[in-house]
This record gives sequence, C-alpha cells and structure tokens, in this order.
Amino acid sequence: MMAVLVVAVAVQRNLFSVVVLTGIYSFLMASVLVALDAVDVAMTEASVGAGISTVLLLGALYLVRADEAKPMHRPLLPLLVSVGVGAALVYGTLGLPAFSDPSAPIHTHVAPRYLNDALRETGVPNVVTAVLASYRGYDTLGETTVVFTAGVGVVALLRRRRRRGGGGE
Amino acid sequence: MKNDLVLRVVAKLFTPFVLLFALYVQFHGELGPGGGFQAGVIVAAAVILYAIVFGLPAARRLVPDAIVESMMAIGVLIYAGVGVAGLLLGGAYLDYFVLDRDPVHGQERGIFWVEIGVAITVSSVMLKIFAMFASRGHDPDE
Repeated sequence: MMAVLVVAVAVQRNLFSVVVLTGIYSFLMASVLVALDAVDVAMTEASVGAGISTVLLLGALYLVRADEAKPMHRPLLPLLVSVGVGAALVYGTLGLPAFSDPSAPIHTHVAPRYLNDALRETGVPNVVTAVLASYRGYDTLGETTVVFTAGVGVVALLRRRRRRGGGGE
Repeated sequence: MKNDLVLRVVAKLFTPFVLLFALYVQFHGELGPGGGFQAGVIVAAAVILYAIVFGLPAARRLVPDAIVESMMAIGVLIYAGVGVAGLLLGGAYLDYFVLDRDPVHGQERGIFWVEIGVAITVSSVMLKIFAMFASRGHDPDE
C-alpha cells in the first residue's frame, strides 16, 4: 500500500494531491512503527510528518501554483540512476544481519546496558527518554540547536524580503 | 474560515484538550511514549489550528511574535544551562548526576529540564515557521 502511494506521489502532477498523499504515507509509516513497537518514533512521525509538515507544505502551496511544471527533459536517465542506486542498496542489505537477530552488533554493543541499567541509573522507566536526554544528551542538544537554527534561518530569510516589499510600496 | 460556525466551535473545544494532551505527553514522557519534542509539536499544532480557523492576526494577539522569537532561544538556553549547571556543581558538561544529592534524582531533574528546553524551542520554531509562511502574500498590516 505504501508502494502504491509512492508511485501515486511520483505520477501525480497536482501538488495539492501530492501533499495529501504524503500525509497519508506518514500516517501509514506511523502505523508501521507502532507495529514495530517504536511508539515514540510513531508519535513523532504522526505529529511532525503527517501534521506539521502537511500544514507547512499547504502553506507553501498557497504561495505557489498548485500544478507541477512540466519536466524539461526525458526522465529516462534519472530513472536509471535511481533504479541503479536502489539495486545497490538492496544488494547492501543482503550483508546485514537478519531482522531481529539477537546477536546483531546493534543489539550487543550499548543496547544491553541501556535496557538493563537505564531504570537504575536514571530512574526513568521509558528507556527512549533516558537515552535521548541523558546518555545521548549531547546529540539531543545538537538536535535542539539544529531546530533553533532552522527557525532563525526562516526568520532571517522571509522577514527581510517582507520588509523590502514593504519599503517598495 | 472565520465564518464557519462548526469549525469555530470545534476548534475552540479542541484547543484546550490538545494543549492538555501536550502537557501529558511532556510530563508523562518519562513513563510512556513521548517527550519534549512531541509535546512541543503538539503545542504548536494547537496554536496553528487556532490560527487557521480564527486567522493569523488572532493567533498573533494570543501569542505575540516577540514571545515566540525569544522562546526559540530560551529553550536552547535552558538545555545548555542544564549543562552549565552540571559544570558549576562540579561535574562534566550535561552531567546530571551532580544536580541532586541523590544521583538518580539528579538524573530525573536533568532530564526534566532538558525536555522542557526541547519542548519550548520546538514549539516556538514550528509556530514561527508556520507564521512566516502564512503571512507571506498577505498585507503585513492585515
């Protein structure tokens, strides 16, 4: 079903439909993540992917035309490149350990320590929160700074243009 | 959409519950799914819903631009401030164990404040980006 949606997004020329379809895609992705027991990520996907980004894309659509411009060249070469890269990536996954293999490196490195000691060391039962805010505190600080920088960038770009427009009137 | 009665009533009814749910996600994030990022996004979504239904100027009166813009920085500063507090109390940067006499309590306290910082920054940045996009193409004095 998600594959059908992706093809529909690629084929669809009306950008409004594309935005709606990507919102549906995000909700399906969130359901997949719930099925994988990744509730925190599912919540983020549902609120950010399906909620906020849909609203922002609709806001952007309000400013531009709702129809995609006709492509200026034949899509044969890009298609070949993306199929080639996709095939290479699929070939790469053959070397990965099997899905949910308990002896995979990701499950034997730091994950056992987090799962066994997080409650005792941090007193926080949700291991995801403990890892995010405590064990990987630097990463989350960087992440927050990225969000902040994005906001500052948008303010800097859009506000200046508005002021210039106001001065010209 | 300002004149649609159903939308107005539903939006007014919804907003407090959305905000309450955001607080739940924020403060229950240690126990269940959720945390600062998700809570921040939900707060932003509540205000964006209000802005869509009642118009951006109404939302701007509710949450003035100056507050949103300063909150963007305050969130990061709270996060970084937790790190500096750890330094001042004799630990490493972002070391929560020294924030309380009991190391586990220190961890809880550190995580609590860090999550609040994340929520403040995320919610205000999302709001600001939305407001910036939505106000393009309109008269600024509208």
